[in-house]
Amino acid sequence: MASPAPRFPWTDPNAAPLIRFEGVSKRFGDFVAVERVDLAIHRGEFFSLLGASGCGKTTLLRMLAGFETPSDGKIFIDGIDMTAIPPYERPVNMMFQSYALFPHMTVAGNIAFGLKQNSLPKPVIADKVKAVLDMVQMGKFADRKPHQLSGGQRQRVALARCLVKEPKVLLLDEPLAALDKKLREQTQLELVNIQDRIGITFVMVTHDQGEAMTMSSRIGVMNAGVIQQVGTPVEIYEYPGSRFVADFIGAANMFEGTVTVDLPDHVTTTCPELEHDLTIAHGDPVTVGTPVTVMVRPEKMAISRDKPAEGLNWAKGSIADIAYLGDVSTYHVLLASGRKVQVLQTNLRHTNEQPLTWEDEVHLGWHPANALVLTR
Amino acid sequence: MMLYSLLALAYAFLYLPIVVMIVFSFNASNLVTVWGGFSTKWYGELLHDQKVLDAAWLSLKVAMTSATLSTVLGTLAAVALVRFHRFTGRTLFTGMVTAPLVMPEVITGLALLLLFVAMEHAFGWPAGRSMTTIVIAHTTFSLSFVTVVVRSRLAQMDASLEEAAMDLGARPLRVFMTITLPLIMPALLAGWLLAFTLSIDDVVISAFVSGPGATPLPIVIFSKVRLGVNPEINALATIVVALVGIAMAIAGRVALGREQSRRV
Amino acid sequence: MSGRLGRFLVGLPAYAWLVAFFLIPFLIILKISLSEPAAGIPPYLPLWSHDEVENLRFHLAFGNYLSLFGDELYAFAYFNSIRIAGIATLGCLLIGYPAAYAIARSPAAWRQSLLLLVALPFWTSFLIRVYAWIGILKPEGLLNALLLWLGVISEPLQILQTDLAVIIGMTYSYLPFMVLPLYATLEKMDLSLLEAAADLGCRPFRAFLAVTLPLSMPGIVAGSLLVFIPAVGEYVIPDLLGGPDTLMIGKVLWAEFFDNRDWPVASAVAVAMLVLLVAPIMIIQNARAKAEGRKR
Repeated sequence: MASPAPRFPWTDPNAAPLIRFEGVSKRFGDFVAVERVDLAIHRGEFFSLLGASGCGKTTLLRMLAGFETPSDGKIFIDGIDMTAIPPYERPVNMMFQSYALFPHMTVAGNIAFGLKQNSLPKPVIADKVKAVLDMVQMGKFADRKPHQLSGGQRQRVALARCLVKEPKVLLLDEPLAALDKKLREQTQLELVNIQDRIGITFVMVTHDQGEAMTMSSRIGVMNAGVIQQVGTPVEIYEYPGSRFVADFIGAANMFEGTVTVDLPDHVTTTCPELEHDLTIAHGDPVTVGTPVTVMVRPEKMAISRDKPAEGLNWAKGSIADIAYLGDVSTYHVLLASGRKVQVLQTNLRHTNEQPLTWEDEVHLGWHPANALVLTR
Repeated sequence: MMLYSLLALAYAFLYLPIVVMIVFSFNASNLVTVWGGFSTKWYGELLHDQKVLDAAWLSLKVAMTSATLSTVLGTLAAVALVRFHRFTGRTLFTGMVTAPLVMPEVITGLALLLLFVAMEHAFGWPAGRSMTTIVIAHTTFSLSFVTVVVRSRLAQMDASLEEAAMDLGARPLRVFMTITLPLIMPALLAGWLLAFTLSIDDVVISAFVSGPGATPLPIVIFSKVRLGVNPEINALATIVVALVGIAMAIAGRVALGREQSRRV
Repeated sequence: MSGRLGRFLVGLPAYAWLVAFFLIPFLIILKISLSEPAAGIPPYLPLWSHDEVENLRFHLAFGNYLSLFGDELYAFAYFNSIRIAGIATLGCLLIGYPAAYAIARSPAAWRQSLLLLVALPFWTSFLIRVYAWIGILKPEGLLNALLLWLGVISEPLQILQTDLAVIIGMTYSYLPFMVLPLYATLEKMDLSLLEAAADLGCRPFRAFLAVTLPLSMPGIVAGSLLVFIPAVGEYVIPDLLGGPDTLMIGKVLWAEFFDNRDWPVASAVAVAMLVLLVAPIMIIQNARAKAEGRKR
């Protein structure tokens, strides 16, 4: 599994987390939005809550901000119980999905708003507003009203309005959802750079896995109010802890099977959908006879007309569909059992002498180290 | 919590006077503020007051006619304003449609009476003040209210429905009759009801344009009220409130039913 | 039936009706306000006539307007109308704002019903609702009886036939006009703005002053004008609830027309009233046009 590195605070059992959720649940009537969440987020992290809409991620964020009160459990920030503390006294600031810029105030007015609540002297406020506007490159727009700004500019103002308060934690609710694709990708890196520079802990809610993977130090994958897995982007993608996470993050071929051989460095399984037994070098601990799911990512498989080398897992089939995307192609290969398998191939060469095409007979091959056994 | 107490107070302010009036309409005593036991005698007396009955009948006829006329005209005006963005005199038209909404009644009333006098002087019609003049006056100000109601409904309507009908081969008039009209019908009903209420309630404009031969109910009530509180008026007022209440309940039921069937 | 002819036919009836019964009457008011009063039917002289030698002669009489300026009675009525309508508008705002706010922040399922309860009295007779206050406000009326019984006062207050009664009646009658536009702006306000204010360290009451109040300004303006404009020209309420010295411009117009039969002066009063209301009416019309434009 991923090698432990001391510079990642969550791997240090003695480090005190900045944010701690302890058995936090939230119910709206009969509906359980968040169920018994335990979670620790450390200082300086860029933590993402990733999940489909309605999975409870936004509720979790809003409880951290103080807009919702947990039905059960406690939330600590810097060791202090936040239960009884109203939003206007919490050391966190939130960037709203709609940005929630005050339409009747200028850009500078919006940014100064939070500082005025702290009764800072006017010159100090003016200096801070100017500094943060320069940081987000919006200095020229100080006197504009929000409706005179583009979506990207509004996003910057919303960010600046939070940053100027120098919170312990910055909460971001789908911060890039309102931007178009190109601007979104550019802003992702900008946000990471800003976070790197100022060192404030970021907690972001998103439904976009690419966004979460690009920006986060760690990701918490949520489903139906429960945190399914917490880990770095690599851990989540390469070593998903459950079928749900494997399926939710990226594409996956999953085969149901039973363990027949259990050795220290690998297991062997039989899968009804495949002609040959599989050898797998990673995954949950199992014993002979355990029903398991074997997961192989499409890009971890090779496709060719020839039979793969000895020692690899392999299967035979014919090409049913090809999705050509330029840089890569996805082949949908139909096996004898009727099962379709996805394979992703990088298009390395300009032109292929004998390109694979529909109904070609092909072999798929993958290394035991590139498959994963899942039991949950 | 304090907010809801304030809301409750506002409702009390709105409803208490009406409740008091209804209670005292069942007062046996001649003295309006002294409770003399329960009685329905004022309702009986009302039924024998021929002047009141005649006025009520006239008001009903005027309200029905002017509500219908203003619904037809107001709907046409709304269609013209929503569907045709450019035509000669659109600004003037918009102004004329919306101005009666905020025009003080004394001015509208005076203006219309002066018009009727001038017309009679010039063409000999309308001869004196009659039901005709009241209907014209009421239609004129009700038209604006109908236009506002229908216009907002039309503007909300999904334009692709009409386009789909045309795409399927229906001509504009047929599209209007089979698609648009059924869809805006609730607004037409609401507009008609509003026009009816405004007409049957109007005092000031009616005072200008009605004459000795044609006195609508509010004018009769007004002249009685000017002489002071009178239990018979309480009874009459209670009947009016009850009728309006029933009409609103029916309208609400109809609108609700339509809304639900639309959702299915 | 389509194209230009169809459009023409759709718009024509309402257009023609409004020109005939709304536009032309105003031109007639303007004309008569410049005519000399006379004893007869109609009780004014024509604006122009042809004399024996066929010369067109104009008889423009600005005297009607001069008498408006000259007579203190008119000036007093004019300003008293503004004062009473202004206080009633303030009354509506003080009662209507908390009510509209409470409705807008109540559970979504209740809002329509609560709003209907505000609008419902508007559908019952206006005259009857004003009349109901006579029984409450008069010296031997319910309010005095209640206050006497409570021991707050020792002898009945004279409320009926004062300006106060007129203000109460107006506040009562026009309250729905204030609540409805206020509700509309408060209801569509983005509540995440208040969360943002709280998030930035702002306590609820300060957030109300800094965010909610300025953002509901369009509703405050619209509601105030919708109350103020008809209140200025009101006739029924000052006539029924006010006293003989409660002078309002609507009452003056009525008296000039019906009692003095001075049509030219009544017309001049109407024109003067319109001049007073032109600015507020324009603001309302512009706001309405802007709202329509945004919808499109």
